[in-house]
Amino acid sequence: MNNRISKLREQSLRAVNRISAERALLVTEFYMSDLAQQVSIPVKRALTFKYILEHKRICINEGELIVGERGPAPKATPSYPEVCLHSLQDLDILNSRPKVSFKVDDETRKAYEDIIIPFWKGKSHRERLFREMDQAWIDSYQAGVFTEFQEQRAPGHTVLGGKIYRKGFLDLKDQIRKNMEKLDFYADPQAMDKREELRAMEIVADALILYAERHAQELEKLADGEPDPSRKAELNELAAICRRVPAHAPQTFHEALQYYWFVHLGVITETNPWDSFNPGRLDQHLYPFYKRETEAGTLTKERAKEILQSFWVKFNNHPAPPKVGVTALESNTYTDFALINVGGLTSDGKDAVNEMSYLILDVIEEMRLLQPSSMVQISKQNPDNLLKRAARILKTGFGQPSIFNTDSIIQELMRQGKSIEDARNGGASGCVESGAFGTEAYWLTGYFNLTKVLEITLNNGFDPRTGKQIGLQTGDVTSFTAFDQVMEAFEKQLRHFIDIKIKGNNIIEKLFGDYIPVPFLSLLVDDCIDNARDYNRGGARYNTSYIQGVGLGSITDILTSLRYNVFDTTKVTMAEMLDALKSNFEGCDELRFDLVYNTPKYGNDDDYADQHAVSVFNMFYQAVNDRPTARGGKFRINMLPTTSHVYFGSVIGATPDGRKAGLPLSEGISPFQGSDKKGPTAVLKSAARIDHLKTGGTLLNQKFTPQLFEGERGIESLVQLIRSYFRMDGHHIQFNVVNADTLRDAQKFPEKYQDLIVRVAGYSDYFNDLGKDLQDEIIRRTEHTEF
Amino acid sequence: MNICVKGIIFDIKHYSINDGPGIRTTVFFKGCPLRCWWCHNPESQSRHEEVVIRERSLDGRSFTVEEISGRWVEAEEVIREIEKDGIYYDQSGGGITFSGGEPLMQPVFLLELLKMSKERGYHTALDTCGHVDETVLKQVMDHVDLFLYDLKLIDAEEHLKYTGVTNEKVLKNLILLSDMGKKIIIRIPVIPGITDTPKNITALSNLLTELNGLDRIDLLPYHMIAKSKYQRLNMNYKLEELQEPSLERLKELKEVFEGIGMKVTVGG
Repeated sequence: MNNRISKLREQSLRAVNRISAERALLVTEFYMSDLAQQVSIPVKRALTFKYILEHKRICINEGELIVGERGPAPKATPSYPEVCLHSLQDLDILNSRPKVSFKVDDETRKAYEDIIIPFWKGKSHRERLFREMDQAWIDSYQAGVFTEFQEQRAPGHTVLGGKIYRKGFLDLKDQIRKNMEKLDFYADPQAMDKREELRAMEIVADALILYAERHAQELEKLADGEPDPSRKAELNELAAICRRVPAHAPQTFHEALQYYWFVHLGVITETNPWDSFNPGRLDQHLYPFYKRETEAGTLTKERAKEILQSFWVKFNNHPAPPKVGVTALESNTYTDFALINVGGLTSDGKDAVNEMSYLILDVIEEMRLLQPSSMVQISKQNPDNLLKRAARILKTGFGQPSIFNTDSIIQELMRQGKSIEDARNGGASGCVESGAFGTEAYWLTGYFNLTKVLEITLNNGFDPRTGKQIGLQTGDVTSFTAFDQVMEAFEKQLRHFIDIKIKGNNIIEKLFGDYIPVPFLSLLVDDCIDNARDYNRGGARYNTSYIQGVGLGSITDILTSLRYNVFDTTKVTMAEMLDALKSNFEGCDELRFDLVYNTPKYGNDDDYADQHAVSVFNMFYQAVNDRPTARGGKFRINMLPTTSHVYFGSVIGATPDGRKAGLPLSEGISPFQGSDKKGPTAVLKSAARIDHLKTGGTLLNQKFTPQLFEGERGIESLVQLIRSYFRMDGHHIQFNVVNADTLRDAQKFPEKYQDLIVRVAGYSDYFNDLGKDLQDEIIRRTEHTEF
Repeated sequence: MNICVKGIIFDIKHYSINDGPGIRTTVFFKGCPLRCWWCHNPESQSRHEEVVIRERSLDGRSFTVEEISGRWVEAEEVIREIEKDGIYYDQSGGGITFSGGEPLMQPVFLLELLKMSKERGYHTALDTCGHVDETVLKQVMDHVDLFLYDLKLIDAEEHLKYTGVTNEKVLKNLILLSDMGKKIIIRIPVIPGITDTPKNITALSNLLTELNGLDRIDLLPYHMIAKSKYQRLNMNYKLEELQEPSLERLKELKEVFEGIGMKVTVGG
């Protein structure tokens, strides 16, 4: 990378996270104004957005080619008091927590104390949410049966399609006006709601154009004072770009990226949406510009790369908004989840790999940044060459890109009712979530602790940790005479808790629709404009809400152990097993040894164990799939944990697979750490046992030491291994290529490993930023694979 | 054919990528006619089940476990395990490698497995030391797609000293396979001061230039990892002090064999 990029990259890596009160103050000011009291909620939200973009400080960093920051400086992170209000204590925790702190200066703290907290206390979405939840929900939530995504952040989880590369915001305004004209106040009872939504969209479209204009003015001011003639010309060119986009459709490669970046800023300024908004199929969107300009001689490959690299830095300048309450203290991760897609198929079903795909992979390899994250989509039509290129990057131990099966994603999306073109225009986002880019609002609503439900089942509905009867009385398991009775009881219990979760979700969806509509995001996702309906109210063409199952490996091992040790070999009675669990295996070393070493486990291509993964998966699927959501969509499942398997393990006592109380569960659909003993082919076979096509994504983490990647042979075998998994409809696979000694050293001497990035679970993070328990877990995983 | 053919094996390794083309499963037969000083699979030597003492730890507490190395199994059971990875062979052009120990010490069992593999369309490779009667080799060779042929020392006396047997059959069988037009990869363990002497290397080169059908030469550098295995088996390890060959030495040897027109890999 050249000097300019390496400076920008350094600046981004060195920038300190801080909380900026700028947005919170502007939102508060506007909400206090008379105007805010006079308009409908969608218009109020639109005017809030406009007020922020009119007044926030413009930040242009030295040497950058893509401009615009969400806060007043890189990593100056705004807060969203209307969604979740930080208390002074939260701010103090964020300021002082050892992992990923956010500095809070006195001025910010004072703004919170004097203005922000007094105004928002009791009015924030989060407080509203907790007031609305019933006791069953609160009990389950506190027991750790599930988490709630939308409790601190607004629903997001959508990815932009190709629209902005063809249309400017003025074109979108035309479309809004046409829909406005079509409103039928005589026959359509919703005409008023629609008008307010369309008005709101018009306001936010103007706001972003205005925001770009403010950048143009600032750039010209900088150009005036710039002594270096080449940078001066560049600043003037950037100003011209900001006047063309987003108002008009982009004409150049550079305009396309700057346009996207303004849109990105708009989305993450409007609210703090989970979590993955990104340009999606970037190689597809950029290639036509790149091709046209390189052929015309107006763009070189080097310049295109430099612009892309500057674009990469922008993502890295934007950490996830800081959390509140207990998660502010414990949360292990502060990256967002922008996942750039490379490869896959075109909308007419052809191999989509192009020159831009490889150029993007070059950028990923050189930049080695946490954000944006990246993946390659591999269809049977894509060349091995793309996969090999990706494997060579993986080999460097960077954890990116992850590898996805395009053909599975398309089938998953079509099974859910998307058109084949919309499905092909999709991909994966966040960790592993399938989505139709540009047309779907697919919300992740929370992780679901399958293993916790089993623990509650083994205790006849009682939660040993919180000491409450929160589940159904499904029977005393010590009286069960057949293993099937355990499964039946579990299924009843599972349905009970899924019902609680779904009821909560439907209330929360409605709260967002009613109180926090997002007219800006609605502009971007089809068909919100034509439906004159907000993204948060089901305006998108496709609306999906996911519940994410966690701990498949652990629950499979637990059920397998019960079947094997209690019912089949009758080595122990159920009562003895439960006593051993209660005592956390105190004095039961021999039993525990047998449970760990001499009991069949998931991940070894062994039907005896794997059948339970299939049963649990099917029960989970049956309990969730196809149920209606409050905004007119459907509930679906996927199988991914992010870092919740650590939290979920912490609320579960000792388990019959030999796991001690409080330790992490297995993550994604990967086997429990250390229990896969037959190598990768067996892991992949086990993981492919469940029907991936019935999900919206599964996560499989495969740990490799660098040795296995060695030579052409190592790479080629890896390619064939992945292809085989994909032939079995596997959705996703990712590789962590590090060795345990390196990690241990990093734990001891974090200062030596500032740039060490590891794949955690569906995303990468700095090793130093992880909590010690998660670090330990990653070391254990790594160790297991070494030989 | 419903006769139950049994044999003794000590391991089945999946995702084996250095024992022939593609992704393979390697079946390790127990029992070997040779006693190479550097053998890194000492558990493969005896044809009998053996007790292995293993330390396993759980939460810092260590457990001593007696494990049995070697298991008598039916061919049917082995093929069921092999079949599990059928999709990987199909995708990668891989297959099954029979290794050991010496598979040809259990010819009936081996032949049965080879036939079953070929019926399923799997590529077969046989890793052999070559110290076997010609008639046995002839029985199986039509079912073998690739031979991984171990060649150690050309001097008969040295061969006897370091492996326990003379190399007469080894050399004869190699020439036989070569004359029959079989595909062969030669595997040479690089044991410093033993197999990598200038004299042995020259003799190896001279022999190899005479042969047809050689696909490649794999140089297998000596590893010290076997030491703990000897301890577990309560066996005496004769190469206690021997160091692993240097990368430079391996590069030199690679060049020597490339010099006679061979394709050479290091590490298989």
